[in-house]
Amino acid sequence: MKSRWDGVGIVLAALSGVAVLAGLGMVFFYAPREATMGDVQRIFYFHVSSAWVGFFAFFVTFLGGIGYLVQGQRRWDILSLSSVEVGLTFITMAVVTGSLWARPAWGTYWTWEPRLTISAVQLLIYVAYGMLRTAVESPERKARFAAAYGIVAFVTVPLSWFAIRWWRTIHPDVLTGGEGMAFTPRMGHTLMVSLAAFTLLYFTLLRQRICLERVVGRLLHLRLRLGSRR
Amino acid sequence: MGFVRKVWAIVAKDVAAELHTREMVSAMLVFSVLALMIFSFALDLRGTVARAAAPGVLWATVAFAGTLGLSRSMAREQQTGCIDGLLLAPMDRSAIFFGKALGNLIFMGVVEIVLLPLFSALFDVPLLRPGVVLVTALGTVGYAAVGTLLAAIAINTRAREVMLPILLLPLAIPALVAAVQATGGLVEGATMSEVSGWTRLLVAYDLIIVAVSMLTFGYVLEE
Repeated sequence: MKSRWDGVGIVLAALSGVAVLAGLGMVFFYAPREATMGDVQRIFYFHVSSAWVGFFAFFVTFLGGIGYLVQGQRRWDILSLSSVEVGLTFITMAVVTGSLWARPAWGTYWTWEPRLTISAVQLLIYVAYGMLRTAVESPERKARFAAAYGIVAFVTVPLSWFAIRWWRTIHPDVLTGGEGMAFTPRMGHTLMVSLAAFTLLYFTLLRQRICLERVVGRLLHLRLRLGSRR
Repeated sequence: MGFVRKVWAIVAKDVAAELHTREMVSAMLVFSVLALMIFSFALDLRGTVARAAAPGVLWATVAFAGTLGLSRSMAREQQTGCIDGLLLAPMDRSAIFFGKALGNLIFMGVVEIVLLPLFSALFDVPLLRPGVVLVTALGTVGYAAVGTLLAAIAINTRAREVMLPILLLPLAIPALVAAVQATGGLVEGATMSEVSGWTRLLVAYDLIIVAVSMLTFGYVLEE
């Protein structure tokens, strides 16, 4: 059995911890106060970062689905499953921070702004993905179905994006009149650091989730062996 | 036997079974009429309200009625054991996909052929226009294709029919948005070229979804 000290995991966790703290520091002390929206705008950095990680996570699920259907190895399925779970956390954060921001900026918790709407659609799609997994008993069948769904689901993302964007431009929303903030280089740096921090955090969590799934598999295997010895 | 003849054999089988039992189309039709009634009560569909709400009501009805037919079509394959025969038959999985998807398209199409004039008559909305018919056909192709794939998945889960709408509706959003917008434009008197952005999105959705559903369908069927 491998050593209990997971070196890569610890390094990843430490790095993402430092990066998130650095990002947080920059958001509050380095980035300038936005002219029209004020301090509220500072949620923007983590909002964009979590949305980006959400979409990236579902892209990884898409790749894992293709990998599983082509090679049939369980590790692809574990990758897909883990990435969906981590991605759901981040996309939920994106939707929640989006509505928190919408309240002071546009005066309402929810507006059918395209990017917010598509994040909500993604959230629903991958909640369905999770429900599909729990509704299938056989692990092999579960993996096959989830892979197929993960692929078709991701393919609809750009189509949804166009559809929702055009839908909103046809019905112009007066609420989104406050869009287009004054973007300074310092804001750009802060956004870059936040994006990097969240991406690192994604990989850390993904790795932990994959390890957890492997341990679950090992535990089931051991239980089976114990059972057969009795 | 050529690919087209194999596909056609499956379609003919489904149509023959449906002509015999009439359970799928009749269920979808009765459901559609009920849905129209419910929408009429809920939104008080008269005059300008009816005109504004018509595309949305039409597509919501088609989408929900579609899930009934789609899951029934796959459930019938399983109950009769017909799916085993199809899998044993010497043909490509994609032929099974196209056969089933085409059958579902036909059944949904029959429902729409009744629904469009009925809707026009009940709510006095001009839906019987070539443009609206074309948009309806385009929207239904993609919906039936991805629905066929997802019905094959849903029927093998513990939740069965309950699973299909949850899986299908979020993936159908682009098609539904485009179809509702295009239909709405046409009802308001826009020309085909004025709604061409939406019809092109529908065509793109159809092409991409048919291709991806066809490719993944083989993996979804039991070995």
